[in-house]
Amino acid sequence: MIVALPIAALIWSSRNDGWSGFWNAISAPEAVAALKLTLAVAALVALTNAFAGTLIAWVLVRDDFRGKTVVNGIIDLPFALPTIVAGLLVLALYGPHSPVDVHAAYTRYAIYLVLLFVTLPFVVRTVQPVLYELDTQMEEAARSLGARELTIFRRIVLPSILPGILSGVAMAFARAIGEIGAIVILSGNLPYKTEVASVYVFNLSESGNGTAAAAVAVVLLAISFLVLLAVGGIRRMATRYERA
Amino acid sequence: MRRYSVRFVALGYLLVVLLGPLSMLFWRVYAEGVGKAWTALTDPDTGHAFKVTLELAAIAVPLNTIFGIVVALAIVRRRFPGKGLLNAFVDLPLALSPVVVGLSLYLLYGRTGWFGPWFTQHGVQVLFALPSMVLATIFVSVPFVAREVVPTLREIGDEQEQAAHTLGASGWQTFWRITLPSIRWAVIYGVVVTTARCLGEYGAVAIVSGSIQGKTETATLRVQEEFENLNLAGSYGISLVLAAIAIFVLVLMTRLRPREGVS
Amino acid sequence: MSIQVRHVSKHFGNFQALDDVSIDVAGGSLTALLGPSGSGKSTLLRIIAGLEQPDSGEIFLSGEDATASPPQKRGVGFVFQHYAAFKHMTVRDNIAFGLKIRKRPAAEVRARVDELVALVQLQGFADRYPAQLSGGQRQRMALARALAPEPEVLLLDEPFGALDARVRAELRRWLRRLHEETHTTTVFVTHDQEEAMEVADSIVVMNKGRVEQVAGPRELYDSPANEFVMSFVGQANRFGDAWVRPHDLELVLEPNGSTREAQVERVVHLGFEVRCELVRDDGEEFSVQLTRAQATTLELERGQIVYARPVKETVFS
Repeated sequence: MIVALPIAALIWSSRNDGWSGFWNAISAPEAVAALKLTLAVAALVALTNAFAGTLIAWVLVRDDFRGKTVVNGIIDLPFALPTIVAGLLVLALYGPHSPVDVHAAYTRYAIYLVLLFVTLPFVVRTVQPVLYELDTQMEEAARSLGARELTIFRRIVLPSILPGILSGVAMAFARAIGEIGAIVILSGNLPYKTEVASVYVFNLSESGNGTAAAAVAVVLLAISFLVLLAVGGIRRMATRYERA
Repeated sequence: MRRYSVRFVALGYLLVVLLGPLSMLFWRVYAEGVGKAWTALTDPDTGHAFKVTLELAAIAVPLNTIFGIVVALAIVRRRFPGKGLLNAFVDLPLALSPVVVGLSLYLLYGRTGWFGPWFTQHGVQVLFALPSMVLATIFVSVPFVAREVVPTLREIGDEQEQAAHTLGASGWQTFWRITLPSIRWAVIYGVVVTTARCLGEYGAVAIVSGSIQGKTETATLRVQEEFENLNLAGSYGISLVLAAIAIFVLVLMTRLRPREGVS
Repeated sequence: MSIQVRHVSKHFGNFQALDDVSIDVAGGSLTALLGPSGSGKSTLLRIIAGLEQPDSGEIFLSGEDATASPPQKRGVGFVFQHYAAFKHMTVRDNIAFGLKIRKRPAAEVRARVDELVALVQLQGFADRYPAQLSGGQRQRMALARALAPEPEVLLLDEPFGALDARVRAELRRWLRRLHEETHTTTVFVTHDQEEAMEVADSIVVMNKGRVEQVAGPRELYDSPANEFVMSFVGQANRFGDAWVRPHDLELVLEPNGSTREAQVERVVHLGFEVRCELVRDDGEEFSVQLTRAQATTLELERGQIVYARPVKETVFS
């Protein structure tokens, strides 16, 4: 009830001004710009995570070095840290007072960077257990059959961890679409430039335009549902070898 | 050689994306002035903001823990129509923008919402007050306990529970003596993650609370407030406290993780 | 306590696990439910325990209808194939569980647990956790746990299935001895005919959800009710319309009226006995069991032509 009822109210309210009102709200230039930016950045973040997350998971499982347990623990930090703090920290490092002389504040790069921070654990944490469980004998068998390392990764390891990568990527994508706390401080929220969809919804709602806010929110809701559907599909795909 | 380069790239990425920003925390507090940060932290409004945050967590965490265990038991141990739907709704908050959550509640309990007028008539302030903030916090942190408990329940199977039944234990006795002890680490882990989420929530609470200083402002809203008032020292100071809690939570999480497999 | 199963049927989805099964288990007996996997034997045991509900039919315990009563009320002890050990409890707490549930006084619980720990020979292991025990020790603990509340019926679902051959043999003998001491009505499920013959005094042979025959080990072997029982319990060769056990065949070097010609494929020395695998002139394969002396006299070797004569054959109409 706590989850379903508000969602129903949201969908109901989005239709207050009829279909045309709904359409006008989501096709307003500012709305379109915000949604486009959000989708583009989220897609880029998801893609980056697919590579970086897999790489980090690989290093954490197969490599061995001093301080590995500490690094392993730190991966979860973005889940534990309030996202607004994450925004503030990225601003501190890559903002006006940057000690490394990178000035990305109030640009789209800043949004990209902070979303990478916030979504870091998703792919790592879905790939890591699969990689850990993966029988190295399969790789040894491939090696004994003459396969080269890159081929082994592509043909043996990747198919096993791909469902993990994809569901991690999907969750990271959903998170990137919906994030607000981390972004609100450092993006500057300039309409048409650095205003993401969630911030746009927030601003509409604050200025009393609840119906238009609800309309754009319904679009975000639809994306969330699609992502969950995708994750469900991936999960079914992942267990297809185990089902009789 | 290849191994080292892979390690180098992975750790380099972590440095740029995660550790770099993190290292800023102490340094910024120091640079902006420890004194100013301390003043901001000891401000009564800041104290109140932390109190509100803790209150929200104190209500949401126990409720979500009970709810999460019940839902997990229903999903794993029972067959009923609409199970897939329940599953989807439990996961939804993970994929949904907190702003959408906040807005939904705002519309439901607002002046023109379905429940808004009724509550106004009966003199209950829901929006811009604790009740809506509690609802928002519960909403965003619903999935965590259930998601931890479900796989553990699947893994332990129901043989131990059946064994308890044949030995004469009632359903309730079986739950307390067999099921709960077997899933306890998953529950504790879920509680820790739920707590972290409750403390850090921003978007949903920002919409329904109205961020009224000294009344409905939470710690994370306070960070933004100080930032917008150009009191960076204060903003970083409060962040430091929040981060300290996060790191404490993190240590708990890493401590709890490996123990699951053991006993 | 006696058990009567009356016209019990059960299906899972499209699969008919039990099809109108009726059996009687006498009080104080030791009965085996024997059958290949998927024959419904475990399902029947779980229905007797109350862990599954039948689609139709009744269960009577000591003559009373127990079909609707939950497992807690049936007074049965159940031992699971994979032990179902309570992993978060020590051996002592596992065994004490059923007694504590019944709110027995602490002193009584302690005395009974000590007695059972001794009975299953787990002295010195009482304060360990199940994870620190071997498979055989875990199964003995599970047995002690099931016995603790003094059930009137002990039900065991493939109790030794997951153990290695030596531990199995030891636990079989132990179960037999335990039953002789306590005379608790005991029903156990197994797919191993040798196990059933060795331990049980009554065997229920099941196949495809039906009961094929109920008999003692000797009767089952000597007078099987049908072809399934003949071939499932012990070895059997097909000779035209008749079935012949490998030890009921005689090999001779010269043909006479009732012999069949066959060629030796393989001679296997199994210590005290010799098994000879042969192929008949029509291509059928069969095997014959011989004593070492017989095999030596015949000087059997691969490729040799011999003549087989059934001493005793069974024909099912």
